[in-house]
Amino acid sequence: MMSPASSLLVEVLATPGRVRFLDLPGWERLLRQANSANVGAILVYLLEEYGLLEDVPPKPREHLEAARIVALRHRRLAGYEVGRIRSDLDSLGLPLILLKGAAYAMAGLPSGRGRLFSDIDILVPKDSLDQVERALILHGWASAHHDAYDERYYRTWMHELPPMVHLRRGNAIDVHHAILPETAPVRPDPALLRAAARAIPGEQGAPDIYTLCPQDMFLHSAVHLFFGGEFDQGLRDLFDLHRLALHFDTEPGFWDGLVARADALELTRPLFYALRYITRTFGTPVPAATLAAAAPFGPTGLLLPLMDALFLRALAPLHPECTTRFDGAARFTLYVRGNWLRMPPLLLARHLFHKAFLSPRTAEAA
Amino acid sequence: MSLVADLGRAELARRLGGPGLLLRTGPFVSRVQSNIALVADGIGSLYGDYPVEEPGGFADFQVRLVRSTGLRRWWHPQACFDYDGREPFAPLPLAQAWPMFEWVMNWCVSNRAHRYLIVHGAVVERNGCAIVLPAPPGSGKSTLCAALVCRGWRLLSDELTLVRRDDGMVVPLARPVSLKNASIDVIRGFAPDALLGKPVPGTTKGTIAHLKAPPDSVARFGEPARARHIVFPRYQAGAATTLTPVPKGQLFMRVAENAFNYFVLGPAGFDCLADLVDDCDGHEFCYSQLDEAIALFDRLAGVGP
Repeated sequence: MMSPASSLLVEVLATPGRVRFLDLPGWERLLRQANSANVGAILVYLLEEYGLLEDVPPKPREHLEAARIVALRHRRLAGYEVGRIRSDLDSLGLPLILLKGAAYAMAGLPSGRGRLFSDIDILVPKDSLDQVERALILHGWASAHHDAYDERYYRTWMHELPPMVHLRRGNAIDVHHAILPETAPVRPDPALLRAAARAIPGEQGAPDIYTLCPQDMFLHSAVHLFFGGEFDQGLRDLFDLHRLALHFDTEPGFWDGLVARADALELTRPLFYALRYITRTFGTPVPAATLAAAAPFGPTGLLLPLMDALFLRALAPLHPECTTRFDGAARFTLYVRGNWLRMPPLLLARHLFHKAFLSPRTAEAA
Repeated sequence: MSLVADLGRAELARRLGGPGLLLRTGPFVSRVQSNIALVADGIGSLYGDYPVEEPGGFADFQVRLVRSTGLRRWWHPQACFDYDGREPFAPLPLAQAWPMFEWVMNWCVSNRAHRYLIVHGAVVERNGCAIVLPAPPGSGKSTLCAALVCRGWRLLSDELTLVRRDDGMVVPLARPVSLKNASIDVIRGFAPDALLGKPVPGTTKGTIAHLKAPPDSVARFGEPARARHIVFPRYQAGAATTLTPVPKGQLFMRVAENAFNYFVLGPAGFDCLADLVDDCDGHEFCYSQLDEAIALFDRLAGVGP
């Protein structure tokens, strides 16, 4: 089977001890691949965790430390912004549930260390959307320059408000009421996700802030990667899943109940893909019973080898050394598929038509 | 260690067109790849004194400047900068490939070299005394810097003052000095022997020509210096040469404004900048006569009368 494991970066992410055998040109290759995949800072924390940082030669070490500086700044800003959002929404009496990058960072999870993210994602009940939006606007957040079509796209069909940006600080927030669009054929019940959300323990210095429960966090990460259409951070997102799996391995009942939870949330297919590709790419130690329980939910017949070919190409680092001329086609196919999974065909055709021909014209006129 | 000049034109072109020229500038090695003749010419004429690392070595930065492809290249050829598959900048007209190379080299450092507090400003040294000239464009900083290095001051950098956070030393990054518009003729008149690259008109900054860094400054890339003065220059036609002290608090804020990565560094940046400001005297400097300016700088460095 084709595998993204042909890249040095993937080898190191799977087996950090591999860096012991790198010469200087090898380090240059690794750092270049890591930068292209946006995991430069993730690498420094990973090597530190495995006690490998002290033996890194001075020049590559300098680059790793520079990546750490950028990540530390990112973490400071994210922490500050989450605190502000919490106080902006304080009067509504809602728990602040963080998703994805912000959740990993604030909960102090290994997958959050060195991981850069461009916006803060939160989950609120659908019937509170108006209140939440008003409260955010009152505190300086505004919709990020969208035209009327984009507004309608988000408000009628999507699972989130149009992205908002803070007018002074320039940081972005995505307010979600679900983890998949209204138009998608599967609809994980957001009430189930909210009911299972967990408070981040107080010693993390973040009172009254919640994340999804471990299983939901894993499933959300999976659906985001395998039902979304964008793979430019594909390897980083797949590594998130690997790190979450390693971390929650000791969480009682995590593996045993994972497939049942996916079933309850209608997310068995993305779970199948997540387990398949993390074990193949990083050798993640997923219990055999969990793999067996997820196996029936995979695609059948010729579809599976096709998906293997597409995903394994799209999940390779975006570095010229690691790409082939089929990658563009694989990414485009997955982009269309991602949209297909979010919208029924007629609506999708209409949406892609609008994005291709009408939106650029309005932008030009503006 | 071999120098660019030792390679010869054919080998230089071969490396640029193939595995890359591993060009050392100060503490950094850049892997330069380019199929643009103007880039090879520029490196040949302005970087002859710079050390070259062996092709298998470690490069800090990847600088790939290539001619645009596609139909437009026939009537509007462009230079594109590609960093490992990403294009951080819009392409520029091919005629501006050389200034683009210099900007890209600056961009690599200011975005990634967080081992240093990076101040946007020139820095020169004489008699062990380094003087930092942080300044917004248009203040005459590069003209003054060029004049000083034409009169025996060592060039540490024209654009990027690198303050090493470990020990507060200023680390040399001597590269060509970028002269704009009227300054080009001012320096030609002031130092007729100075080696200038071909002026490139029509850039976003007007006409640009680069002054070759003195060979001695390039060779001493391993000798950091301690900053003793921070001077904010302002050229004003007909003005008398005046030096006015800047209080420490103001000095701190003004250098912070001119630092590329002050906010990225966070608390570490604050500490580093505070130490730098403690070590230095700050001055506003107004001048119109380069000779008077140089005499005053010599006095600051404890040289001459």
